[in-house]
Amino acid sequence: MQHLEIDNVCASYGKLEVLRDVTLSADKGEVVSLIGPSGSGKSTLLRVLIGLTPLTAGSIHVGGERVDYSNRKNLKKLRGHMAIVFQQYNLFQNMNVLRNVTIAPVKIKKQPRADAENKARELLEKVGMQEKAEAYPDELSGGQQQRVAIARALATNPEILLFDEVTSALDPERVKEVLDTIRSLTDEGITMMIVSHEMAFVREVSTRVAMMDEGRIIEVGPPAQIFEEPQQDRTRDFVSKILSH
Amino acid sequence: MFERLATEAPLFFNIHNLVFIGQAMGRTLGMTLIGCGVGFVFGLLIAVLRQTTGRLLLPLRFVAIAYVEFFRRIPFLVILFIVLFVIEPLMPGTSLFGIATVAVCLLSTAFLSEIIRSGLESVPRAQVEAATILNFNTLQTLTMVVLPQSWRVILPPATAFVVMFIKDTSLASQLGVIELTFAGKILVNRGFSPVLGFGTILVCYFALSYPLSRFAAYLEKRLAAS
Repeated sequence: MQHLEIDNVCASYGKLEVLRDVTLSADKGEVVSLIGPSGSGKSTLLRVLIGLTPLTAGSIHVGGERVDYSNRKNLKKLRGHMAIVFQQYNLFQNMNVLRNVTIAPVKIKKQPRADAENKARELLEKVGMQEKAEAYPDELSGGQQQRVAIARALATNPEILLFDEVTSALDPERVKEVLDTIRSLTDEGITMMIVSHEMAFVREVSTRVAMMDEGRIIEVGPPAQIFEEPQQDRTRDFVSKILSH
Repeated sequence: MFERLATEAPLFFNIHNLVFIGQAMGRTLGMTLIGCGVGFVFGLLIAVLRQTTGRLLLPLRFVAIAYVEFFRRIPFLVILFIVLFVIEPLMPGTSLFGIATVAVCLLSTAFLSEIIRSGLESVPRAQVEAATILNFNTLQTLTMVVLPQSWRVILPPATAFVVMFIKDTSLASQLGVIELTFAGKILVNRGFSPVLGFGTILVCYFALSYPLSRFAAYLEKRLAAS
């Protein structure tokens, strides 16, 4: 049984079809990366998975159970297991770093504040942000905010972690610190789905890579296959262009 | 003219007149603060209601929009008379002050709801999404994420509105509420010089609105810094 199973999922924004019959799965602890040109539906797939964008057809199973996105309870349960880190970090601007990380455990999961804060400080140390626990998001650089956002996502103990172009809004110098943080998580048994344009990183951390174009999955395979011996012309074309620049 | 002012002033500023003006000032301030305070609460409810998307609340949203669009487009004086002629027969004996305050509530609810709505909408949608995926419910998202971030957008225009309304309550004199403007008229009718009478009233209006404006400026500065 796969940890995460996406079967023939379709989604659209109004009349525009953004996902067409997407089928993809991830085993427990696997790191699956989604690559492809902008507008190919990679981010939408992550948004559908966590229930921010509705699916119009198909099904998604997590841990063997079908997710009913129209059911509030079911959705709440799903989000208890799954977290997402956004391109624009989306830290709560009215809360300091520590509160950003503890708010969900304390207010939503009703954990004792002291426990949540201890855990939060551990997580902040892990992402290298323990010094900035009292700072507000607007006092931090993009890379720092993104590392806090990762700590916030980890604070809910997710089994599945989604990364939506988490380095796309960062200065080149800041990209590394965030990628290092994600890399350090890959051996913790969390199933990950990563949308990224950082090909070297994708190639290094992924167990499998999925190439998407125009809302479809073109090809799925281990990084070596996708980057060295792509089976599809579209993949070859995309990979050669992005690696040569 | 100055001679007349000099001879009248000691007569004008007697304890009786000062109490009279003080009471009128209290009515002006009372109508404004009670009216706008209640208006803020209902305005907030309407603004939040208009943010919802559920089908169940659709009729309520429709009523809210109709209310806001309607009351923002009729003059305060007309609202005053409508409230007077609706409340009088239903609840005889209601004070004119009470009637005027209800009219202020009706109007300020409509205007303040728009101010609050634009504040709520100034918070990026992504902040709401971040709360949603952490399993915040609608009320938690509102109180912990959206409202704390929208005060700085809401408070400056909301206070400006209240300050403006201090002046607009003078229309309640048309109903017979003895607020500042009406008090001035009464004093002048008693034979005091209009310059002295209305000059005093002018100073009173200033004394009411200036501290509020300063308070608004202070809030604006404090909220912008945080």
